[in-house]
Amino acid sequence: MQTHTVTDSLKLQFDSLACQRDGRVLFAELNLALEAGTCLELLGANGAGKSTLLRTLAGLHSQYQGSFVSPLAVYQGHRLGLDELLTPIENLAWFAGLESCPFDHPRALMLAARLGILALAHTPCGKLSAGQQRRVAMIRWVLSPRKVWLLDEPLTALDTNAQGWLNEIIAEHCLAGGLVVCATHTDLSVPHKTILNLRPPLEQVAW
Amino acid sequence: MVGALLLREWKILLRARASVVNPLAFLLLSTLLFAIAAPQLVAEASQQASGILWVLVLFTQLLSLDAMFRRDYDSGTLEQSLIMADVPFVAVLIRIFVQWLGTGLVIVIATPVIGPLLGLSWSAVPGTMLALLLGTPALSLLGSIGAGITVGFSRGGIILALLVLPLFLPVLIFGTDIVNAAGAGLNYTAQAYWLALISLAALIVSPFAALAGLRISVEMQ
Repeated sequence: MQTHTVTDSLKLQFDSLACQRDGRVLFAELNLALEAGTCLELLGANGAGKSTLLRTLAGLHSQYQGSFVSPLAVYQGHRLGLDELLTPIENLAWFAGLESCPFDHPRALMLAARLGILALAHTPCGKLSAGQQRRVAMIRWVLSPRKVWLLDEPLTALDTNAQGWLNEIIAEHCLAGGLVVCATHTDLSVPHKTILNLRPPLEQVAW
Repeated sequence: MVGALLLREWKILLRARASVVNPLAFLLLSTLLFAIAAPQLVAEASQQASGILWVLVLFTQLLSLDAMFRRDYDSGTLEQSLIMADVPFVAVLIRIFVQWLGTGLVIVIATPVIGPLLGLSWSAVPGTMLALLLGTPALSLLGSIGAGITVGFSRGGIILALLVLPLFLPVLIFGTDIVNAAGAGLNYTAQAYWLALISLAALIVSPFAALAGLRISVEMQ
């Protein structure tokens, strides 16, 4: 049985959720309820199903059983979704257009300044380094009207400063009543975080 | 939403000029190959010109179809437009439209050069342009189905051709018929209506099918 309920209220709930990939059960019997203002730190070994869980929540993976309730979310996968021929500002304007909301240009520039990429705001994204591109992606989460963020290893390629900013941004978002699910291998320094450690089901381990 | 998406596609089209120039260069080169390899085929006012022209147009389309969603797939903008867009259908439709602008419309404009090189008589050129104008949208639309399904394959080119070429047959039949009729000075209104009908039918069906294919491709990555 598969049920995905899209809700307007800010909460995330799994009821005995199990995910498969290529016929292999990654995890099963996942029960969890998250309220607005929390950050869920998703831990687990490589291949434990962190990315698959996030993609399931984003609606990009349909090999699951059980049910979950989630509002529309921002999803950040390993592919950032930035076109390399467009500048960061143009990419951000496209994201705003995609969601049919007006593009807050001044705010985007302010965030770019805060993340240290203001000088690159009009350079094509293809010329930016991996870490700089990730910072552009961070601006996009903040600008989006969606309040649930699903982040897949957002610390990748970020330098120490940028890692600090990422933690700040997540903490601010949670404080403002947002909800963050973040798969990571490095501890987030965010207050009020919940930790979920994904493990394969026991019968799989026995094999 | 439509404005922002069109603006982005337009900027990309201007910056990635290869996506427009390459198919056109391919069409010109293969035309020249025919003129060199089989000069008797492309003699003045030949009967074969219509068939050769349409087959070359199909191959040019096929070449450009592989790239229709590939950039967006590789950069992750495709999965983002499926998740974030208010109406993902619109995003797909705009991509198809811009691909047609960069290939189909360019072919239509280049017809007065390419047609006579293939031995098309000058009197047939307006009819040929009309046939291409009505037929190429169907090629882009039907092709988007195959492009959507194969975008996840690293070497999807040959599978794309096998999927899509059979779908192109009705366009080929009515398209060549218009060119022949125009060359013989006959009325081709009926065939033109048929081509328009095929394009409209493709417009109704294809974006949904392409969207379904894209969802499968994004899910399988």
